[in-house]
Amino acid sequence: MSDTQATVNAPGTGSASAAGDVVLHVGDIHTFYGAIEALKGISLDVHKGEIVTLIGANGAGKSTTLKTISGLLHPRTGDISFMGEVISGMKVHDVTAKGVIQVPEGRRIFPRMTVEENLQMGAFLRTSDPAGVTESLEQVFDLFPRLKERRWQKGGTLSGGEQQMLATGRGFMAAPTLLMLDEPSMGLAPVVVEAIFETIEKMNEQGITILLVEQNAAMALQIADRGYVLETGSVALQGTGKELLVNERVRKAYLGES
Amino acid sequence: MQAQLATIVQQLINGITLGSMYALVALGYTLVYGILLMINFAHSEMFMVGAYVGLFTLTGLTNPHLVGGLAAFFKGSGFGLVILFALVFVVAMIAVGCLGMLVERFAYRPLRNAPRLAPLISAIGVSIFLQNAVLLWVNTMALPFPQVFPVKEITIYGSAQVSTLQIFILVTVIILLTALDTFVARTRMGKAMRATSQDREAAGLMGIDINRVITFTFFIGPALGAVAGIFNGMYYGVVLWNMGFIPGIKSFTAAVLGGIGNLRGAILGGFLLGIVESLASGFLSTGYKDVVAFIVLILVLIFRPGGLLGESVVEKV
Repeated sequence: MSDTQATVNAPGTGSASAAGDVVLHVGDIHTFYGAIEALKGISLDVHKGEIVTLIGANGAGKSTTLKTISGLLHPRTGDISFMGEVISGMKVHDVTAKGVIQVPEGRRIFPRMTVEENLQMGAFLRTSDPAGVTESLEQVFDLFPRLKERRWQKGGTLSGGEQQMLATGRGFMAAPTLLMLDEPSMGLAPVVVEAIFETIEKMNEQGITILLVEQNAAMALQIADRGYVLETGSVALQGTGKELLVNERVRKAYLGES
Repeated sequence: MQAQLATIVQQLINGITLGSMYALVALGYTLVYGILLMINFAHSEMFMVGAYVGLFTLTGLTNPHLVGGLAAFFKGSGFGLVILFALVFVVAMIAVGCLGMLVERFAYRPLRNAPRLAPLISAIGVSIFLQNAVLLWVNTMALPFPQVFPVKEITIYGSAQVSTLQIFILVTVIILLTALDTFVARTRMGKAMRATSQDREAAGLMGIDINRVITFTFFIGPALGAVAGIFNGMYYGVVLWNMGFIPGIKSFTAAVLGGIGNLRGAILGGFLLGIVESLASGFLSTGYKDVVAFIVLILVLIFRPGGLLGESVVEKV
């Protein structure tokens, strides 16, 4: 059906499936913006406990893939299932209720709410677990002490890096099973990016499965168990993080080496 | 000098009464705008329908042929009056709130993703429809609004007086405004409304059901408008099919004045507009009150385009 999809499969992809149960399965989704086909048959799997990254150039369909999973967009064909349950076609708040949490591109924090209110909004659906919410709040403040300092400040007054911390923390507050981060490094200073990536690894160690969309391919592949390279709406390449890091095509196209 | 001071005091009292009604209606405009970025031009009709529903509930509940001995109870004592008015307001708020939800469901929701002009035109259509529905099904003539409790004038300064009706209106409005402010700040639905107005897509990602928030907003706004409509009927003693038009425009002005989308701005704008209008009619002439009101609006828009409490900078990433 799609010729681009069959291009290259990096050697050794089989090893990754040993990671465990499939948390998220995306099967050949096609998503359109009006008449424009943004996703031309994307398939991917995320296993329990993994960090999986989607890398690729601008417009390759990385964000569209995340938005289609989270229900902000709906695929015209193809299916998405989470923990064995079909979630494609569900509304965004229902997908969130399943434990699939998206930290959107560009932070999208609530500018006129305080830092703490923003974090509480992340836990909007955890009504039956107030003790757990308080605990998560403390955990976020441990992960990002800066947010604790700025607890009563309005979200809109934070710096870009602090806003990204807030958006990430807000996602964590939902007690996600699968946390999807869209370009968390965008526009941030290298020090901040490193702090964010460290936190992603810490959250992963706590048992949260991560799906990470990044343009900063080098950083993403270093922490990822596996990665998918997207090109013009299709999966061009997939493999473990290490394999992709040394893959010649990836090095030339995405890691800036000649 | 003393006479002039008394005029100022008198016009302030009138202005605050008028302004409290503007504030209630302005909240409806600003709530909907905050969440949908849409100006609900049919909102003035919620005010009008509210006045009619209030009037009919009131005359129904005080008619011995319909409710028997209850009528005497309602009119007989202070306690009865409180219950009577509570019932009138609750019935009107629920009825008009439901009307607002219906209008959203059938006239606006199908146009949610249409160009922004489409729901605006739809709103004007709803407005014309509701006016004509009342014109055809109810009465083309103005209906008198009965005075249920004897209104007393209390002299407070010189010749300046405040009526018990004015006090009643102001106290009720302050209770409603405080309740709304607390609701939006504290409750789960209030937080969902704030989040939705700040970033609709991100609110959805928090697990907030956006459609429920919008439906609820279209209940609350018209319900508050209905209260203002009843007050307007009581204050001026009549209800009429086109009574919503001018207060609607004024209240919309008040919302813009305070910063559309901002709840406290709508309240501030409402009171400010009412006071400015009353002072103008007291010192210049009643004919100038609209002129002065709109000059204030123009000045605010020139020097603070976002309104008095509006965001001076648009926060977009």
